[in-house]
Amino acid sequence: MAAVIETLETVDALAAQKYKYGFETNIAMDAFPKGLNEDIVRMISAKKDEPAWMLEWRLKAYARWRTMEEPNWARVQHPPIDYENLYYYAAPSGPAPKSLDEVDPELLKMYDKLGIPLNERAALAGVESPTVAVDAVFDSVSVATTFRETLAKSGVIFCPISEAVREHPDLVKEYLGSVIPVADNYFSALNSAVFSDGSFVYIPKGVKCPMELSTYFRINARNTGQFERTLIIAAEGASVSYLEGCTAPMRDENQLHAAVVELVALDDAKIKYSTVQNWYPGDANGKGGIYNFVTKRGACRGKNSKISWTQVETGSAITWKYPSCILQGDNSVGEFYSVALTHNYQQADTGTKMIHIGKNTSSTIISKGISAGHSNNTYRGLVKIMPGATGARNFTQCDSLLIGDECGAHTVPYIESRNMSAKVEHEATTSKIAEDQLFYCRSRGLSEEDAVGLIVNGFCKDVLKELPMEFAVEAQKLLAVSLEGSVG
Amino acid sequence: MLEIKNLSASIGDKEILRGVNLVVPDGEIHAIMGPNGAGKSTLSYVLSGREGYEVTGGSAFYNGQDLLAMEPEARAAAGVFLAFQYPVELPGVGNANFIRTALNAVRRARGEGELDAVAFLKLARTAIKNLSMPDDMLKRNVNVGFSGGEKKRNEVLQMALLQPGLAILDETDSGLDIDALKIVSEGVNALRGPKFSALIITHYQRLLDHIVPDYVHVLAAGKIIRSGGPELALELEAHGYAGLEAA
Repeated sequence: MAAVIETLETVDALAAQKYKYGFETNIAMDAFPKGLNEDIVRMISAKKDEPAWMLEWRLKAYARWRTMEEPNWARVQHPPIDYENLYYYAAPSGPAPKSLDEVDPELLKMYDKLGIPLNERAALAGVESPTVAVDAVFDSVSVATTFRETLAKSGVIFCPISEAVREHPDLVKEYLGSVIPVADNYFSALNSAVFSDGSFVYIPKGVKCPMELSTYFRINARNTGQFERTLIIAAEGASVSYLEGCTAPMRDENQLHAAVVELVALDDAKIKYSTVQNWYPGDANGKGGIYNFVTKRGACRGKNSKISWTQVETGSAITWKYPSCILQGDNSVGEFYSVALTHNYQQADTGTKMIHIGKNTSSTIISKGISAGHSNNTYRGLVKIMPGATGARNFTQCDSLLIGDECGAHTVPYIESRNMSAKVEHEATTSKIAEDQLFYCRSRGLSEEDAVGLIVNGFCKDVLKELPMEFAVEAQKLLAVSLEGSVG
Repeated sequence: MLEIKNLSASIGDKEILRGVNLVVPDGEIHAIMGPNGAGKSTLSYVLSGREGYEVTGGSAFYNGQDLLAMEPEARAAAGVFLAFQYPVELPGVGNANFIRTALNAVRRARGEGELDAVAFLKLARTAIKNLSMPDDMLKRNVNVGFSGGEKKRNEVLQMALLQPGLAILDETDSGLDIDALKIVSEGVNALRGPKFSALIITHYQRLLDHIVPDYVHVLAAGKIIRSGGPELALELEAHGYAGLEAA
């Protein structure tokens, strides 16, 4: 019992400063009036200098959204969201920066504080070799995209999506909404109406993207929803590894983040998409935090194509997200590797959908859920084998780890097979960090928290090894920090 | 020096230790023998700080430090090492990573510098060689899929690397074949020296053929009822505990 009380005290002490990305940047902002109506949609489109077709697309989406209802099937609870009390557009004021030199120094300072490398100069001067190009999205706009010229040499397009709409309209028209239809769900419709920025990536035929691409999302403004839109296309034989990271200031009110990410892989193309999601999770009593309602889906359109999702989800008050793969091309491969960690009063309902359409398609799902405190963590997944998917295979492994006795872990797997030749395997385990494991570590000199970190990282190893090296190290630290004070 | 005075402890309402008195000076190896349920494992857990054991009286000091007031990890840093009767599995945690993390935690607490992966591996490989253990011992996950003997050998490997001042071996010999028993014994004997002491808990005389103790104590019903030299173990082997208790 003493340990429980001590833990509670430690949690209280830590709660205030634990989330180290919780600072706010003071910068002059432009925001549109609160609430959502056609005029707001028009204003966003006008602000982005969009062509008429894009505005029309948004207005259609808006009209559909008005007829839809928020989904309520997920195992999460929250008070109703007042969509009229949100700002749908916020951006640093003044004209958009054309290069890094024009970016507000306050912003550069903030990214520096977050450890996001926005400074190309050091790398360009040969001080270090550039391995990651970054698109930084601050509230509703992309503030900087690095290494665009280096990438352009190999024909790779990496730019804010608002720019792609103007500069590469044919590509955007062809692919935007082609994986996730506008009215796929309530939040994708909302996003389609009001998305403000995000990243656009096009890897041309036969090109292996020469560096990791990365987008860093930051919500700063109060009462602002962030609705970013990401579209990645890998043409025939192309390959790319893309990383995504997110943080937000600590605030008492909940903030909405409803992103849409679409991936398209043509013949023999490979896309690896990694996320480390660390939005503000709310305080120890469940006050504040981000509602992370995200739709992510990849289409393996071409034969032998491959899409791999890896996610480490430690933040957000509520996570509702199911990065999925549509395995259309013959022999295409879909992968989903996930670590979802919830603590205090966080809620996560996350998983994937693997839709097997082409012949000999295969998918792998490895999900590791960790629940601590009073949190609830649900894996929800669908494996669907269509009649034409002869020789389809799926392997699913779904493990839950409980820390303490007031949290919950839930597993909701759906399997639909309409082809007799398909092989679908599902393995699931639920375990607790055992007292003897903790004592074993401590008797060797490890502190209780180091012991938990070690055990949790061991539990997640199969997923963490899928992350690019520098991300894996970050993720390991993040898991340990997110669990501080969770043992009792 | 380990000084246990009048130590009593219970699990729930059940009193297990009823006033244990024992002094183990540096440089000495003491064996504790006794029938099942005498409190031998309880003594090892109380000394190393496992939860669930309530100390109801007495004291235990090691080198002047009040062990009973310390967290398990602080006891480890002070030089106390428990070789588990049933070593615990840690899925996904590499043995090398585990031992290095432990060693560095202990080194930090002692004000020594941490070892990087390269320096550690060098040290670990030497230890493995000295103990005639297979190299893959380091690569595998902690105790996962280890045979009973391998688990015990892994305990001895950890002990060799952590270099404790006081080792408590809780029935480390149970489930070992003769070859493994020799390896484990050599591991302990290699640590013998003026600053190393050990408390060896065992049921059987045979371990004491390999690790010759300075003293043998008999623990029965939560108390040490007899102490003597190595010959006491032979006597027990010949006559059993029953005769002793009657005496």
